[in-house]
Amino acid sequence: MSDPSTADNRQDVSKIETRSLRVYRYKRGDGGEHFDEFEVPVGPHTTVLDALRWIQHHRDPSLALRHSCHHASCGTCGVQVDGSEELACVCQIHDHGDRITVEPLANLPIITDLVVDMTSFFARFPHEHPIIRASGLPANAEPPEDLEQYVRLEDCIECGLCLSACPTAATAHEYVGPAALASAQRLLEEPRGVQREDVLAWASQPEGLWRCHVGLECTRACPTDAIPAERIMALRRELTFGGHHETKEHQR
Amino acid sequence: MIEPGRYDAHVLIVGGGATGGGVAHDLALRGVRVTLVERGELTSGTSGRHHGLLHSGGRYAVGDRESAVECIRESTILKRIAPGSFEENGGLFVAVCDEDMEYLEPFLDACADAGIPAQRLTPEHALREEPNLNPEVKAAVRVPDATVDPMRLILRFFATAQRNGAQIRPFMEVKDLCVHDGRVCGALLHDHATGQEGEISADLVVNAAGPWSDKIAAMAGVSVPMTPSPGVLLALRGRLCNMVINRMHKSGDGDIVVPQRGLSVVGTTSWVVDDPDELTVPEDHVERMYAEGSKLIPAARSAPRRAAWSAARPLVGAKGSGSGRELSRTFQTFDHQQTDGVEGFVTITGGKSTTLRGMAELCADLACRKLGIDEPCRTRDTVLLPHTAYYTAVA
Repeated sequence: MSDPSTADNRQDVSKIETRSLRVYRYKRGDGGEHFDEFEVPVGPHTTVLDALRWIQHHRDPSLALRHSCHHASCGTCGVQVDGSEELACVCQIHDHGDRITVEPLANLPIITDLVVDMTSFFARFPHEHPIIRASGLPANAEPPEDLEQYVRLEDCIECGLCLSACPTAATAHEYVGPAALASAQRLLEEPRGVQREDVLAWASQPEGLWRCHVGLECTRACPTDAIPAERIMALRRELTFGGHHETKEHQR
Repeated sequence: MIEPGRYDAHVLIVGGGATGGGVAHDLALRGVRVTLVERGELTSGTSGRHHGLLHSGGRYAVGDRESAVECIRESTILKRIAPGSFEENGGLFVAVCDEDMEYLEPFLDACADAGIPAQRLTPEHALREEPNLNPEVKAAVRVPDATVDPMRLILRFFATAQRNGAQIRPFMEVKDLCVHDGRVCGALLHDHATGQEGEISADLVVNAAGPWSDKIAAMAGVSVPMTPSPGVLLALRGRLCNMVINRMHKSGDGDIVVPQRGLSVVGTTSWVVDDPDELTVPEDHVERMYAEGSKLIPAARSAPRRAAWSAARPLVGAKGSGSGRELSRTFQTFDHQQTDGVEGFVTITGGKSTTLRGMAELCADLACRKLGIDEPCRTRDTVLLPHTAYYTAVA
């Protein structure tokens, strides 16, 4: 196709719409944290990630942030926008006001600026948690003869938004958190070689599923419909009723 | 297995994408000391942003045989060394008009020639397997395409490299290369976590900066024939298919739909730019993705937009190219001692994520030759650690 830059950039600068971004800043050994404010030009589809990258390239190259896929599939660009957990790559500037505050995710150590250390997030997961699952979509698709079933990547993109939003994790730092528990529930749903007893033992550890206060903030924050809160409740049912659950249903 | 850091030689790799990750892993397995620096997060340039296609090579079979052969060879190896990373559902090339049908025989011949397994399906058969396909489908050919989560595959290379002693340093930007007496001997680094700067010495610097590789080369006073060629991609909500759906015709705009998790990604367009940091997402390109994508899968027309973005391919070829479509997707190494008389500096560019291991082997072979190290490549048979090990298995 033709070079798009020509048509796009030929605008009167004074007419370009802008937004103000207040961005959290922290450099190790540099005398503490603060906010910097930037005026950023925006278009009809500008995302918070676009705006942050514009700041990097036009105002302050020292601004550090995480991003990779730019379409809500890798889970790298999680931040808090006006106090809510968002993937910056699909967070539309126009869904927010004239002055937008961007901060790193909560409940994880900050490395610099908007960059959090994901080590403790991944350390919370069950040791084995496959990321390929049965697809099941579209419902009427018949897989080719040489395939047992169609498969796809798990819904959970390990972005950490649920952990950041979790009120329990804010006070109980060792709590394994919603993403890890949801992953355990997926293993009960589709074991893929993992032992059911191991999963239940892991989930019922002292820092496991009984810590959850059912605030449901995790499911609200989840960008990919992985429904962590519902999965935590399903795990609890499993541990409470176990294999006898169905029998009890029948007796009612 | 060779012990990590068996050789004293220190290689500095610039660029934390697929290419750099592959080279770090390959050299670490050969016992070489490696430090990799990346100005931002790993895979934050082109590598994380491609449409998630693990190429069978079908896309290039007619017209770019070299890339097609590389793709079928390397995708087969990747499935073996990175099990559990791919949606291995295959891909379909579908003809939806008479003009596409003229491409059918050349396509089947070219796949056979490149060694790509290709199975012709009747339209009815194709529609049973992919019910959302355009019901006007006239012919379909199944090839071993797959979907990959780009970041998580590449993290497996980083995780394994790290386990074998490689130092992986994201948020560490190269501000300049240290050149003395015609030899690159290190780099000036800016640490974005602290704001501090410092020098690092190296016996060899590998420029793996993808579409930024010419900027890095300029720091050594040389240039590489590489053209940054962006394309627009469109992610739709909803999983409309399980196989990768390709249009059976010459590569063009919006002729592929790649399912990924609960999304369907339509790609792509192609143009050329000077600065890979200044990528636009022109709305007419997004419209084009909707229009062309819905010729393959009509439901794409009404699927809600999840995201639209651009990524810049680093294509090997002289600047001044028209759209980038005519440039090969193959890869190339440059020993700048041979091309420019600058010692201690090599560039690896071109290629694609599917061929990252092969690119790395070529580059690590060159690096070892230059360093006088005689160790074979071991990446074909080394199963990679899971992506999470990059975070949890820190030495």
